[in-house]
This record gives sequence, structure tokens and C-alpha cells, in this order.
Amino acid sequence: MSVTGWLTIFLFAGLLTAIAIPFGGYLARVYSGERTFLDPLFRAPERMAYRLVHVDPGHGQDWKQYARSLIIFSVAGWLALYLILRTQTLWNFTGLNPMHYHSATWDVSFNTASSFLTNTNWQYYSGETTMSYFTQMAGLTVQNFLSAGVGIVVAVALIRGIIGRSGKSLGNFWQDMVRTILWVLTPISIVVALVLVWQGSIQNFSHYLSLSGVTGLGQQIGMGPVASQEAIKLLGTNGGGFFNTNSAHPFENPTAFTNFFEMLVVLAIPAALVFQYGRMSGNRRQGYAIYATMMVMFLGAAAVAYVAEAHGSPAQHAAGLHTHVLAGSGGGNLEGKEQRFGIAGSALFDVVSTVTSSGAVNSAIESFTGIGGAVPFANLSASEVIFGGVGTGLYSILLYVLLAVFIGGLMVGRTPEYLGKKIEAREIKLVSLGILITPLTALLATSLATATKAGRASISTAALSPHGGTTPQAFSESFYAYLSQANNNGSAFAGYTGYIQPNAGNVGAHGVTFADLLGGFVMLFARYVPILFALAVAGSLAGKRISPAGLGTMRTDNPTFVFLLIGVIILIGALTFFPALLLGPIVQGLTGHLY
Amino acid sequence: MKRDILTSVIGILLFTLVLGIVYPLFITGVSQVAFPGNANGQKVYVHGKLVGSKIIGQNFADAVTKNGKPEMSAGQPVTTPDVRYFQTRPSATVPADNAAATTFSNLGPNSVATKTELVTNIAAYIAVDKAPNGTPYYPGGLTPGRVPVDAAESSASGIDPQISVRNADIQAYRVAAVRSIPLSTVERLISTYTANRGLAFSGEPAVNVLELNLALDRLQQGS
Repeated sequence: MSVTGWLTIFLFAGLLTAIAIPFGGYLARVYSGERTFLDPLFRAPERMAYRLVHVDPGHGQDWKQYARSLIIFSVAGWLALYLILRTQTLWNFTGLNPMHYHSATWDVSFNTASSFLTNTNWQYYSGETTMSYFTQMAGLTVQNFLSAGVGIVVAVALIRGIIGRSGKSLGNFWQDMVRTILWVLTPISIVVALVLVWQGSIQNFSHYLSLSGVTGLGQQIGMGPVASQEAIKLLGTNGGGFFNTNSAHPFENPTAFTNFFEMLVVLAIPAALVFQYGRMSGNRRQGYAIYATMMVMFLGAAAVAYVAEAHGSPAQHAAGLHTHVLAGSGGGNLEGKEQRFGIAGSALFDVVSTVTSSGAVNSAIESFTGIGGAVPFANLSASEVIFGGVGTGLYSILLYVLLAVFIGGLMVGRTPEYLGKKIEAREIKLVSLGILITPLTALLATSLATATKAGRASISTAALSPHGGTTPQAFSESFYAYLSQANNNGSAFAGYTGYIQPNAGNVGAHGVTFADLLGGFVMLFARYVPILFALAVAGSLAGKRISPAGLGTMRTDNPTFVFLLIGVIILIGALTFFPALLLGPIVQGLTGHLY
Repeated sequence: MKRDILTSVIGILLFTLVLGIVYPLFITGVSQVAFPGNANGQKVYVHGKLVGSKIIGQNFADAVTKNGKPEMSAGQPVTTPDVRYFQTRPSATVPADNAAATTFSNLGPNSVATKTELVTNIAAYIAVDKAPNGTPYYPGGLTPGRVPVDAAESSASGIDPQISVRNADIQAYRVAAVRSIPLSTVERLISTYTANRGLAFSGEPAVNVLELNLALDRLQQGS
């Protein structure tokens, strides 16, 4: 550990907050239809978009209409992406497939389409040996924007439901989508992409470089339109890398500066949405309370990961390596980490990417120490509410807020109320289902994958015991795969595989059908079912009258409530996942034994 | 329902056109004008010949020949580190430093396979430090405890272009001896090609291996 390491973590938290407060104010204006400085630029394209797609933006939708538009739009997006993935060679005429890569098989494509549609970006393929530039742009980049947009609009709809004073309307899905793309995602992506190129990311359509190095050995270097995809990959908490090694690849994350910058980009929208919520609800302290809850848990996770990684792994110690800081060497567990990021930059990036639904990685999570690896597990076990994905984080934590209000109400013996609206049996049923769907899906899929031969086929050989039999590492791999996909995160213990890449890169990846299908269904189910419950809660709350707060009303904007909320989140996560976590990362963190 | 389907189909087409085609083309256009070197991968040329990318690690090793033919193992040429050059970090790609198929090692913290891999890498690092007569270049010789972690553990990308300053300082003894140049000259070049922490606090100082090696070559060709 070092002073600069701790400084990185605390400066990051401070800078993030400083950016998120004004950005949240901007978002509140965008979704309340107030004037912003970008209006002169985007008003005309906005009106044109509504004319082209035949939409009346003023038409308010109730929760069922809003949900129907969202689902149909998602189905259309899935079909378009699947089609592009499967017809990769048809688009060779564009010149955007210089390596002549063939489409991956149907099962890999099913997984990939479901993955990018749901903002998961789990990747059962290797970008630079499978995807053409055309697919990366017209297929994957587009869904990076749209899946982020869908997450944000659901959060906005839920906010409108909670604060709504007039009837059942949650807003208009199409208007919210168009405004999200134009006012939020596109302009910021353009700036981020150009900053990345300025620092050394690439952006071209060249054939891969083929060269003889300094000593005469041959080397091939993958090229492509990287920065444009990288920007929205980070901003939309998507996380699907252009290259296989994601944000560890020097073309995706060239310097220690970009590493810090990329982490800020990932958390910018999830953090800002919380302040947006405070403003829109008319009580900024509500936003501060939720932000404090998230920040406390975030800093805790970052500190644990940093200390664990700086300490080193049992395998390192067994091999005789010294892991403390020496002059000119940062020490720690550097397996699967890049020199320029160091231990703190890798541990913090990992936490940033697993508290959100980003799942981008700048280091190999599978090579993290037991306790360092338990941190992403714990973040995922909290169901992406510590900031969470763009939109998904806010709507998920609002469900937890309602649950905490309910539990608090039971404890003091009053009818639970949130912002003046009574929380009744119907809401609590919907909230509970919305909260429990994701953990249940993750656990069921994990048991299915570990109990069947077809499921175990995905475990990497390095994780298996040389003496035969299973190991904690093998269990961690399988568990993480389904926990990550159910939470729409997309980071991986990447030894777990769902495809086979033949040596000749241009014949297409072959799928491991079981892992591809189970993962694909898990992602779709655990994304859209909670969205429907969140919208149903919004619809249910929208019609309720607001009663003025009295003396006995439980406050939801003070430290006591923050404490209660953290307790509820940890309790539900621990009760659901603790037994499974014990079998994997926790036992690995507690033992010095090698398997 | 019908209205939603129509809107969705047109919407997807429209978004694909704007976000999937126009947006990447726009970024490409601006990048190629404003930062052409970076946008095309910071290519490095020696005497007009492309030898690598500044920010992509490469394997400074020589192919081993047997009976006049390159020796092969599992379809890949067998190589041996070129002792005149600073060596990059261990790589999990096939072959090492393959920048067209990057991958993590995915070796777990408690796996026997990890220990085996680390022991092999440590032994290789110590072996490179030994002169043909068996004496170490590094004063007092290297032990596993003296090997810096970045020299024994594989990078994330498999093409990490940089090494730690400590790793470079250790290799400097070998490179100076093999090339018969003063150690101080090599150390000066190391500090020239060391990138400091981003914003003075983010990440770790790191030495760019390709730039350092090419500077050494230039130095000796010039004299």
C-alpha cells in the first residue's frame, strides 16, 4: 500500500461528487423539460426524430403503455442485433470486415445479442478474433447507447411515479429515449472518445498491422474504431470491450490518466442520477441520503480490495515472491494487472466496474486474491444498488428505499409513508418480487451449472485441481458467471468460457451451447422482470395522493435512515448469498492452501 | 401495439444509422485530422520499416533454430530472450505478446497452476541475468525474493508495453554488460523513457520497453 494509492481512492470519490452534483442538476432539467444550454443544438433533430418515428411526445403513458413500448422496442433491438451478428459476412461490401471474420455460431450470437440488449455485455467471444468493425459499430455500439437509454428512462419513470401529483402518467417512453440519446449520451460520448484518442486510443478502419519486431519476430496488432465504442461502453455502464482484454488493452486504456478518467466516466451518470432524483423530488436531502448510502458502501469495498491486493496471493508467497512496496516497484498481487495502473488503479477500477453494471475490467478479476475477489462478489450480491448501472442503480435502490421505509414503519408501528405517499401491501409485494428475482435467478442458474456435466464443461483447466476433483476456484468461476449475468454486470472470472475460438480466426467462434443459452436467458429474465416490477410500482404510486408530513412521519433524509438502508441492503445480500460465498471466495481468502 | 411496432422498427433503423454509422465515422474523421498518430496506433519505424507500436508490448526474443530450421513447439516457434534487449513482462497470449488475440492468464490466487507458472517465470528471469560463464550480472545475484512482481507475473493485456522501474534497473546491469556501455548511460535512458504517475498520483511509474530498446540501438549505431 502507498500514499498515492489511498490518494487515488479518496480523490476519486471527491472528484466524482463534485462532478455529479451539477451534472444531476442538468439531468433534472432535461427530464423535466426545462431549458438547457444544448437546446439550440438538439431541438430541431428532436422534432425531426418524433416525425420520423410517428410519435406524439406530449402523449403521456400510464405504466402499462410505457412498459409495452419499452418491451416492443427491446424485442426489435434484439432481433436487429442478432441479425447483424449472424450475417457478418454479408456486410463485407462495406469494407468494414478487413480480417474477413465469419459470424459466430447461433448460440454465441444468442448470448451476445441478449447480453448487449440488457446492458450486461457479458462476452462469450473475443472481440478482435470474432467481430468485424461493422458488427462492433452498427450492432454492439448501437445497443451500448440504447440499453443505457432504457435503464435511464425506467429510473426517470419511477421518479415520476414517486413524485407524481396528477393521475397515472409516467411520461412518454419515446420522448425520454430520444432526449436521453440526444441530450445526455451522444454529446458526452463524443467528448470522451476524443479525450481517449488524444491520450492514445485508436480510431481507424485499417487492416490489422502485420510486422516484424525489433528482433525479427512476427507480430500482429489488432486495429479498429476503438475510441468511439470505448466512450459509450464506459458512459453507458455497458462494459463490453472492443478487445478481449477490455480496458486492460493499451488501445482501450492507454495511460494511468485515462484509467482515472475512465472510472469517472463510468460512475458519472449513476452518481448524477441520485442528485437528479433529489432535485426532482423537491427535497435534495433525499438525494443526499441515498448518495451517502452508496458512497459509504463504495469506499468500504474499495478499501478492502486495495488492502487485499496489496497484500498478495498465497500462490505468490509459495513461489517465493516478495510482495511489499520496494523502491521502483509497487509490489502486491500483479498477476493479471497492468504496470501503468498499479495495484490501487486496478483494485479501484474493479470496484467501480462491479458496483455499477459496467463490468469493464482493466485487470483479471479471476487472478485477484480471495478477499480481493470477494469484493466484486459482494458488490454483485448487493444487486447493483451501490450506484449501479445507469438508471438500473437508481430504480433498484429506490425499491430498497421503499422496503427500508416499510421495515422502519413496522418497527415504529406506523403506516409506512415515503414522500407523503402511503406504502401499502400491493407496493410491498411488487417491491419484494422486484428485489428477489435477480438473486434467485443467479442462485438457480449457478446450481444448474455446477450440478450438470454440460455446465462444468465451461470451467477452465487451470481452476481444476491437478489431483482431479473440484476446487473453490472452479466454484467461484461458475458462481461469478451467473451472478454477473443476472445482475447485468458482465465482468467475469474469465477462465469460464462459453465458446471455442479455432486457431484460424476467420471461421467463427463455436459456442458451448449450455453456457450460452443459460446465460442468455438469465440476462433477459433478470433484466426485464425487475423493470416491469419497477414500472408497476411507479404506476401504483403515481395515482396516490400526497399527505403532508406530520410529527410522527419517519424521515428518510437523515443519517438514521442511511444506516437503516445500508443494513437492509447488506442483510438481504448476506442472507441470500452468504452460504454460496463461503464455498468460493471466502474460503479462498481465509486459507493459504493451494488447490 | 401496431403503432409501437412501427415506431420501434423505424426507431432501430434510425438509431443504427446515427449511432452505429454516423457517430463512429464522425469520431474517426476528427481523430484522423486532430490526432493521426494516435488514431492509427502510434506506429514506430526504424529505417522506414514498421517495427511495432509504441504502446503495444512486444517479445524481444530470437527464434531458436535447429539444423538450420526454426524449432517449433505446439505450432509456435521456440524463442529465447535476446539478452541485448530489456525484456517485457510475461504474457499469457499465444505466441507471447500477440496483439491480435489478447487474453488474461486467468490464474487463480490459490491454484497450483499459478505457483507453477510463477516459479517458471522467476527461474527464467534469473537465468537471463546469468552470463554464459554462469556469473550473475546483477550485483550479488538474483533470488526469487529479489525478483520484482511485474517481472514474474503476467500482465492483464498480455501486451503490457511497460515494466516497473525496479525491473528496468535490474535488467540494466545485464544490458550494459552485454552491450559494453556504461551502466550510467543505460540508467539515464531508463529515466528518459519512464512515464510518471498520471496527474502525479494515478497508477505507478512505468518504463516503456520498446522506446528504451530502440534508444539503445540508436546509441550504438551512432557511435
